[in-house]
Amino acid sequence: MEKILNRYLKQETGAAPLAIIRIGFGLMMCFSIIRFWSKGWIEKIYISPKFHFSYYGFEWVQYLGDYTYLLFIICFFSAFFVAIGYKYRIAIIIFFLSFTYIELLEKATYLNHYYFISVFSFMLIFLPAHLYFSADSFISKKTYPKIPKWTTDSIKLLLSIVYIYAGLAKINSDWLFKAMPLKIWLPSKYDLPLIGENLMQENWVHFAMSWSGMIYDLTIPFLLFYRKTRWFAFALVVFFHVFTRVLFPIGMFPYIMIISSLIFFDASFHNKIISLIRRLLQFFFKLKLNKKPVLEKIQYPKKPKGLYIVIVFLAIQLLIPFRYGLYPGELFWTEEGYRFSWRVMLMEKMGYTTFKIVNGKTQDFFYVNNSDFLTSFQEKQMSFQPDLILEYAHYLGDHFTSQGHKNVKVFAESYVALNGRISQPFIRKDVDLYKEKESFKHKYWVLPFNDEIKGL
Amino acid sequence: MLKNIFLSILAITLIIACNDTEEIDNGPNNDDFNRQGMLINLADNIIIPAYQNLNTKLDLLVSSKDIFISSPNLDNLNLIRSSWLNAYKSWQSVEMINIGKAEEILYHYQMNIYPTDINDIENNIAIGNVDLTHPNNNDAVGFPALDYMLFGLETTDTAIIQKYTSNVDAENYKMYLSDLVMQMKSLTELVLNDWTSSYKDIFTSSSSNSATSGVNMFINDFIFYYEKGLRANKIGIPAGNFSATTLPEKVEAFYNKEVSKILSLEALNAVQDLFNGKTYVGDSSNPSQPSLGSSFNDYLTYLDKSDLASLINDKFDIARQKIQLLDNNFFNQVNTDNVKMTQAYDALQTVVVLLKVDMLQVFNISVDYVDADGD
Repeated sequence: MEKILNRYLKQETGAAPLAIIRIGFGLMMCFSIIRFWSKGWIEKIYISPKFHFSYYGFEWVQYLGDYTYLLFIICFFSAFFVAIGYKYRIAIIIFFLSFTYIELLEKATYLNHYYFISVFSFMLIFLPAHLYFSADSFISKKTYPKIPKWTTDSIKLLLSIVYIYAGLAKINSDWLFKAMPLKIWLPSKYDLPLIGENLMQENWVHFAMSWSGMIYDLTIPFLLFYRKTRWFAFALVVFFHVFTRVLFPIGMFPYIMIISSLIFFDASFHNKIISLIRRLLQFFFKLKLNKKPVLEKIQYPKKPKGLYIVIVFLAIQLLIPFRYGLYPGELFWTEEGYRFSWRVMLMEKMGYTTFKIVNGKTQDFFYVNNSDFLTSFQEKQMSFQPDLILEYAHYLGDHFTSQGHKNVKVFAESYVALNGRISQPFIRKDVDLYKEKESFKHKYWVLPFNDEIKGL
Repeated sequence: MLKNIFLSILAITLIIACNDTEEIDNGPNNDDFNRQGMLINLADNIIIPAYQNLNTKLDLLVSSKDIFISSPNLDNLNLIRSSWLNAYKSWQSVEMINIGKAEEILYHYQMNIYPTDINDIENNIAIGNVDLTHPNNNDAVGFPALDYMLFGLETTDTAIIQKYTSNVDAENYKMYLSDLVMQMKSLTELVLNDWTSSYKDIFTSSSSNSATSGVNMFINDFIFYYEKGLRANKIGIPAGNFSATTLPEKVEAFYNKEVSKILSLEALNAVQDLFNGKTYVGDSSNPSQPSLGSSFNDYLTYLDKSDLASLINDKFDIARQKIQLLDNNFFNQVNTDNVKMTQAYDALQTVVVLLKVDMLQVFNISVDYVDADGD
């Protein structure tokens, strides 16, 4: 066993694939930040709300007000330096920290693809993506044409985890036997040219897309791994992600996945891309070919410390999505263990939650107008996620206590509809949420789900 | 690899095969729902007739006002009061429509902001000739201001009439009353003419599923009105649901003291009729029978959710019954037995959930939240 492992760790591969991934990822991030900024989302999401939802254990995260823009600027430049491979190690660390910090600022905006970017950039810290076709290599006049195979394999493994876990999550009775939530989402795409008014309305299309989505997620990593099916698989990747981009508001995620999946190709393919980029650079910037520096070729150390971190990290990634098994109740309903598990576009859930502030002594009460404290986006997200409901209830309790209200108790009246079922009561009306503490324990005050969703 | 492809094809074929048999009895219609047809029904048979009715009622109010101003006496006071009430009732079918010109000119803020601010009104009267469209005057104009001018100036009718006759500021009172009515009339005309001349086409052709399309904004506004304008303003706020104590002086038509229930019921009927696409007929004296056209109800049925549509109607009916149990004067109701008020509120609330959660989920419309990414 150890022999096999050692032999594996000695295997090498060309450094070009990792370089291409680094460039692609960096540029995508630059573009994402510009896009995010230009849509005014920095202001809307991070600056204007009075109150921010924080992650359990990360309540210490400080809100930066207008300095949030500075954070985005830092994030942008670090991504750019990653792309060109200048001071790579520092750049990718700063990128990971600044991006993750931004995400920690507001839990209501949690998206799997933002989490993916954090995870991916964390791994890149430990991978030698800057040893080839990078500013660092150009300046130090050293290049490493070969890098250990495990470095590119770890990215392949991470992508496979994302796909396969997303596929496993789709093996449930709502997705496969009710075509939910696609049955809700697709008919509303009636505006789409050509397919909107006919295909998107068809029952069989909803089922076909549910099933093929599940099969796609579960098989695509394997199809990408095998050389013979690789191009076919890549065509599928492009088709699938572009198609979902057309259908759903998923921003940059499809492009990031398309670029990332290039890692599965051989180094020769990436070398072609690199020489194409070289030619483009020469054409546009008139770099003189004959002045190209002679790069010293050096072997990359065989077993760097990064290896162990990456192994542990990937192992954690394999385990985290299964933590929902530790909680009772329906996962889609309680969402205990729902995040960080690649459950992507999996359910249609909406809620309506109002809060009652009660004076515990006199039993006098009044209802809170949520729009006094939350943006409509935050209210929408809060209304069906128990941890957000709890955090907001505490905020309300603190707020009204500081306003001079006595013996404050906070009760939620909440209704949630999941995957087209008629809404049902969500939170126990008799539980004073102001007394309940956030923890990893099961939230007993979430009412049981009236139906059953079978599956993983 | 081959096995995977084989399995995929097998699975898809199976699904399609199973599905074909299923579709025969309970699959949704394959015909696409005609959203534009729904918008045309809303515009032609509900929205525009409601504005026209209000406009006619305001015409009558204008003439009653002219009669009252030329000879302020008890008969003429009662005449203008009854014109006011008819127009106010008609308004209840228009209040839920806040799109197009109405939204642009802040029509609602100048028609029915209550409680009205009597200090502002008295100041305006004392100064004379103020700009009623100014935002500071939103709570000194419209139906609530008329409510005060016609019922609340003094405690007896004789004393009220004296304000318009023997009071030193009588001319100013007359002018303010006249200005109020004329402003309401001209704003309504502006909104109505915009609908009939150009906005109808804009509205009915804007049936795409985007945050700014006519159909989505209309649905959002409709639900927002039901939640805030009807449930909260008319019932919840006076009942003290949003404050530490009850606020009975915040009822609609506070000075009249007899019609807050009538107005609330009108508003609820208007909302339910719009949900069901029922043609607007206005007064009960109107001989034409209401007919049903394409509506949210039909859209839900098209999406296989007729159970939700009937549940919504059932809950509307229950809410109506709860409101019918209340005193004509909500001020009295809040002060004597506020539990009935909060029960009416709770009944209205059940429909908020069904509209805002269930109906919006089924329609899956892009709502006017922050346009953020999903995943």
